Amino acid sequence: MDEVAIERALTRMAHEIVERAGDTKAVALLGVQTGGVELGQRLAEKLKAILGHPVPCGVLDITMHRDDIALRKKLPVAHKSHLPFDIKGRHIILVDDVLFSGRSTRAAMDEITDFGRPARIQLAVLVDRGHRELPIKADYVGKNIPTSKEQKVRVRVKEVDGVDEVVVE
Amino acid sequence: MNWTRKDLIAARDLSREEIEHILDQAAHFEEVGEREVKKVPALRGKTLVNLFIEPSTRTRTSFELAAHRLSADVINITATISSITKGETLKDTAKNLQALHADIIVIRHSSAGAARFLADRLAVSVINAGDGAHEHPTQALLDAYTIRKKKGRVAGLNVTILGDILYSRVARSNIHVLTKLGARVTLAGPSTLVPRVFEEMGCRVCYNVEEAIADADVINLLRIQHERQRQTMFPSIGEYASIFGLTKERFARTKPDAMIMHPGPINRGVEIDSDLADCERSVILQQVTHGLAVRMAALYLCGSVQPAAEAGKA
Repeated sequence: MDEVAIERALTRMAHEIVERAGDTKAVALLGVQTGGVELGQRLAEKLKAILGHPVPCGVLDITMHRDDIALRKKLPVAHKSHLPFDIKGRHIILVDDVLFSGRSTRAAMDEITDFGRPARIQLAVLVDRGHRELPIKADYVGKNIPTSKEQKVRVRVKEVDGVDEVVVE
Repeated sequence: MNWTRKDLIAARDLSREEIEHILDQAAHFEEVGEREVKKVPALRGKTLVNLFIEPSTRTRTSFELAAHRLSADVINITATISSITKGETLKDTAKNLQALHADIIVIRHSSAGAARFLADRLAVSVINAGDGAHEHPTQALLDAYTIRKKKGRVAGLNVTILGDILYSRVARSNIHVLTKLGARVTLAGPSTLVPRVFEEMGCRVCYNVEEAIADADVINLLRIQHERQRQTMFPSIGEYASIFGLTKERFARTKPDAMIMHPGPINRGVEIDSDLADCERSVILQQVTHGLAVRMAALYLCGSVQPAAEAGKA
């Protein structure tokens, strides 16, 4: 995916979110550290443009809820979670770059409930690459990219990498 | 950076990069303490033993709470209820704890080197919570965390440590951490408690309190460690308070943004004027809060390292 394709996918996802949200004032985005942070902010901008009111956007760090801390050779670095809104009764949309095993999403859902009880949690991902290991499905998908398990999907964003692109290696 | 230490024994062992990594991770854990559910499952299923052979309230409670917030199970052992009173050696006590599949041992002991002694003999993680007059690394890390958070940096700041330096493990650990982070450290107190030999650790030694705190950004006060002093090091508590105590008059002549720290327990009216301990430039209670975050970081980092990651041990 190039810059144009990513931009179009995010625009479509924003419209889908609006279409399916009941009370749009209840919607709040949460970007998953680290890949979902910038994508969450961009979706929030697009939603604001469509709805005419700001949509709060936070950051969720799932390091402590991962189930593979002990299996990793390198200990993951924990970042801060930042939720600039009360989570109770909110319609939360989790934003991540790539949906793969589903384990990050499971960890993110556990993390969210540490902050309170939202009305609903949905999942938006730029890329769904398959190979799920848990019963998890995305509500909004930028692009389905069939991959083999050995391949790596890299999502690069301008804010961090200087370029917008999705590459399968 | 990649954390590879299973033990945290001495600030002296840590690199600047390692110190900053712990402080960065502590910032994450401080945020966890502000959540509705103040608990994360990072150390779920692990067992932590608080082996406190010397009395402590603050540090033991802090480690216990930190472990609970990481979802570890905690057992507290104090000298009076342990088999040490029946003549068991420290090594045997620790070996027994390891045989019960403890994962982390936090040790406080009156003898310097006790933590290193265990770390060299056990496969489990060992965290030093104070060994004699040697080191108390988590206290120094939480002090550095507090300075960094309040002042925005540590490098280039003037930090004066005032009081009983000779018998203080907090002072030694602080000197290592602060000098590695680039602060200028001044030590002050009675000459019997602040020997010149500390200049070899890169500190300024000063026997005049006014002079020592004149340009200080941070004043870290230490309690007189009566329990460690084998002889009288100064004539009387009253004389100490009048010559070396931080009084309102002395504090009024410091930098307007100078900050007061104290590792606790404080002796009001001795090393610090009672009103100063509660004033808005005192961060003594915030140090306690930060201690929890720093200890969570230390437990998470050391407790998550696989024993195999450190070659040649176990």
